[in-house]
Amino acid sequence: MRNEEKYITFKIKRRDKPESTPYWEEFRIPYKPNMNVVSSLMEIRKNPVNASGHKVNPVVFECNCYEEVCGACTMIINGTPRQACSALIDEIIGKHGMERPITLQPLTKFPVIRDLMVDRQIMFDYLKKVKAWIPVDGSFGLGRGPRYDERKRSAAYQISRCMTCGCCAEACPSFNERSDFMGPHVFSQVKMFNMHPLGLMQKEDRLKAIMSHGGIQDCGNAQNCVRVCPKSIPLTRSIAELNLDVNLLAIKRIFKW
Amino acid sequence: MNPKAVVVGGGLAGLMSTIKLVERGIAVDLISLVPVKRSHSVCAQGGINAALNTKGEGDSVDQHFYDTIYGGDFLASQPPVRGMVDAAPELIYTFDRMGANFTRTEEGLLDLRLFGGVKKRRTVFAGATTGQQLEYTLDEQVRRHEDSGKVTKYEGWEFLKAVIDGEGVCRGCIAQNLATMEIRVFRADVVIIATGGAGVIYGKSTNSSINTGSAASIVYQQGAAYANAEFIQIHPTAMLGDDKTRLMSESARGEGGRVWTYKDGKPWYFLEEMYPGYGNLVPRDIASRAIHKVCVEMGLGIDGKNQVYLDLSHLDKDFLERRLGGIIEIYEKFHGDDPKKVPMKIYPGIHYFMGGVHVNWHHMTSIPGLFAAGECDYMYHGANRLGANSLLSAAYSGTVCGPAAADYIAGLGKLAAEEDGSLYETYRQKEVAYDDYVRKLNGDENPFVLHQEMGELMTRNVGIVRYNKDLTAADGELQRFMERWHRLAMVDSNVYSNQTVMFVKQLKNMMELARVITISALNRDESRGAHYKPEFPERNDKDYLKTTKAFYTADGPRFEWEEVNTSLLEPVKRTYGGSK
Ligand SMILES: Cc1cc2nc3c(=O)[nH]c(=O)nc-3n(C[C@H](O)[C@H](O)[C@H](O)COP(=O)(O)OP(=O)(O)OC[C@H]3O[C@@H](n4cnc5c(N)ncnc54)[C@H](O)[C@@H]3O)c2cc1C
Ligand code: SF4
Ligand code: SF4
Ligand code: FES
Repeated sequence: MRNEEKYITFKIKRRDKPESTPYWEEFRIPYKPNMNVVSSLMEIRKNPVNASGHKVNPVVFECNCYEEVCGACTMIINGTPRQACSALIDEIIGKHGMERPITLQPLTKFPVIRDLMVDRQIMFDYLKKVKAWIPVDGSFGLGRGPRYDERKRSAAYQISRCMTCGCCAEACPSFNERSDFMGPHVFSQVKMFNMHPLGLMQKEDRLKAIMSHGGIQDCGNAQNCVRVCPKSIPLTRSIAELNLDVNLLAIKRIFKW
Repeated sequence: MNPKAVVVGGGLAGLMSTIKLVERGIAVDLISLVPVKRSHSVCAQGGINAALNTKGEGDSVDQHFYDTIYGGDFLASQPPVRGMVDAAPELIYTFDRMGANFTRTEEGLLDLRLFGGVKKRRTVFAGATTGQQLEYTLDEQVRRHEDSGKVTKYEGWEFLKAVIDGEGVCRGCIAQNLATMEIRVFRADVVIIATGGAGVIYGKSTNSSINTGSAASIVYQQGAAYANAEFIQIHPTAMLGDDKTRLMSESARGEGGRVWTYKDGKPWYFLEEMYPGYGNLVPRDIASRAIHKVCVEMGLGIDGKNQVYLDLSHLDKDFLERRLGGIIEIYEKFHGDDPKKVPMKIYPGIHYFMGGVHVNWHHMTSIPGLFAAGECDYMYHGANRLGANSLLSAAYSGTVCGPAAADYIAGLGKLAAEEDGSLYETYRQKEVAYDDYVRKLNGDENPFVLHQEMGELMTRNVGIVRYNKDLTAADGELQRFMERWHRLAMVDSNVYSNQTVMFVKQLKNMMELARVITISALNRDESRGAHYKPEFPERNDKDYLKTTKAFYTADGPRFEWEEVNTSLLEPVKRTYGGSK
């Protein structure tokens, strides 16, 4: 075992620039214990030769933190949207064996820039639409912040770890180029700000934002989002709770309370 | 005509500077390699220091000041540090009002935890993802200003050069779009560099892949002084990995984690034995050297390798989940084992740059109009940084830098918008020509392989323990790397979104900075904080209680020493022995 070199194969969906046609290319790299998909892509760029032995351009990909906290390296790995830095090769080959190529493709719900790199600007734009912030009077000192019940706070903490990675949006059938549906992550952010003792004061503004076009009513409740979220954010629970809030607000408006 | 500021970098320092400028009515162009929300600040786990004194332990701002200066081995100029610790509590409260998700007590107040190098609970935290929460909080505030048109973000752009006019004043910068590769001019009355640390110079580190120090190196090459480059914190507890050495936060030790290895067949808690007063919570430099000693000199690493145990398995499972959930998850995720059951294997890893671009107390560099803030400046940590003090310095420096930049603009006679275009066009064309040179490199070496070689050299020769002969050798090798750089192969022929072109440019800048680090270390014949030379094991205040300042010249860096302001605390010997 020890002397014979083991290889793993990647099958990568590539594209040279936004408007060009995608193509698949295979790479083989020597196996080592403890590899992950990012460290494999780094190996490829040190010797950018494809499986047929041709020199090719290194594969372009995004990655900053290497610890699944920045969200940059999200891609589709063997059919599932996830972070490449925490996709351990040992785990993948443990499931599928050494022989089967590991497929990598860019997220499909966002415009591709090149190879595995996509543009997720729209996710940030939607955060603007729902006013996902606390409108403080200023960044100067005004004394202690509000008291916050630790139980509520830790529920909000769950949500606060959303890294805008796009896995949920990728998995969501309602989120796509033809629709303006804002996507699951947005609703949980609204929920989080509406829980905060100060954020509570602008609760209705945020609710109104998600009652408008592209809002919460377009969720088909397919539950795909919550299954792929790497941070286990209770996406569908937020949606259910917000649905209640939104309905209450609608009734309130009818009766002009 | 309206004034305009460019902020390069969207970590805590850059975002805080941006907010302060906007509040002073100045429009900001915010340039960042990555969407600012993905900046390296999100990696910080453990917490942020402020003497809130809410635990009935009699903590105080004075004590925070003392610990910071003492922890930094008296190399930090004292008045700015005083300003930082004074402002810390109010700064935390501001974050709190903005919605930062800090862990609370039963009373609903901010909870505090213990960190290294101190004896009182002073560290505010948000689970084990404090940096992420702080970064997101400022990101949200900046998005709000973006929404109202006061900030324009240029995410996916890389800083290439400051534009400096005939009088030596900074008038804007040149940056490049990482997708289209367009190189364009950003006119501005001030430019703030808030580009973070430079761990990538060492190949593997606890830093993000974008922390190349390239921007800091560029302004150094343009004439800004670079200070205390030799002081690089090596974090004692990092996981080993092929791509990076992932940090195991100091909070693991703060919450009761113990470091050990086997000696004579029995567990040996060497930190507790060597430093009974602080035990496992000795400052980072001391812990790193102890681990290096145990592994490299005594050959007592686990399985004969350079690694020891960091053990949490004796602690209560629920307590661990609640207090350290985030970092336990990281270890499990990247290593497979559950630290609640099995001790973690760790070794010191390159972590934090105390040194950086030299600035005055208003965060202006030696080039008027050019400011620096955050990990890329040199000001607050002296020879060694205490845990949880750098999120503080990053955010705090933004609160100083932003308003100072606004004051500077108020005193300007003529705005950048009124300049004629020729100055900018000359700068832009130079960058276009350089880009072209890099694209046409057609030697035979792969740039990523050369980078790996440089990282290995720096880790081996300019790491935890330093010998002058190794430093001299490293400098020679770095100069040969710089020649080899011209013989690189441009392995990517695509015109669009070419990461290799950008990396090759960064690599050149990393080499320049690597030389500054190496020669700065060579020049300092003493041991202080993170800088340790067995040939000169003592601190030597007579000759070296001074800031190292490096200036770029075409023949290599030129050095000056600058006096350290010790007006508030008399330097004393730094030891962590004795009892608590
Ligand atoms: C793993 C880890 C854990 C840590 N934990 C703690 C902790 O618990 N407590 C603590 O106090 N400190 C901690 N630190 C240190 C702390 O996180 C950093 O020092 C701090 O976040 C730095 O913030 P910054 O704003 O200076 O830079 P960063 O957050 O690094 O931001 C740099 C910004 O500059 C941009 N940029 C860089 N170069 C360019 C360029 N050429 N062109 C355009 N943009 C550019 C980047 O895109 C980014 O937006 C930790 C560090 C690490 C590595
Ligand atoms: S539950 Fe709603 S948001 Fe989640 S995947 Fe389904 S449609 Fe999308
Ligand atoms: S909710 Fe989860 S999957 Fe969606 S963007 Fe946030 S972290 Fe990613
Ligand atoms: S690199 Fe940051 S999540 Fe993978």
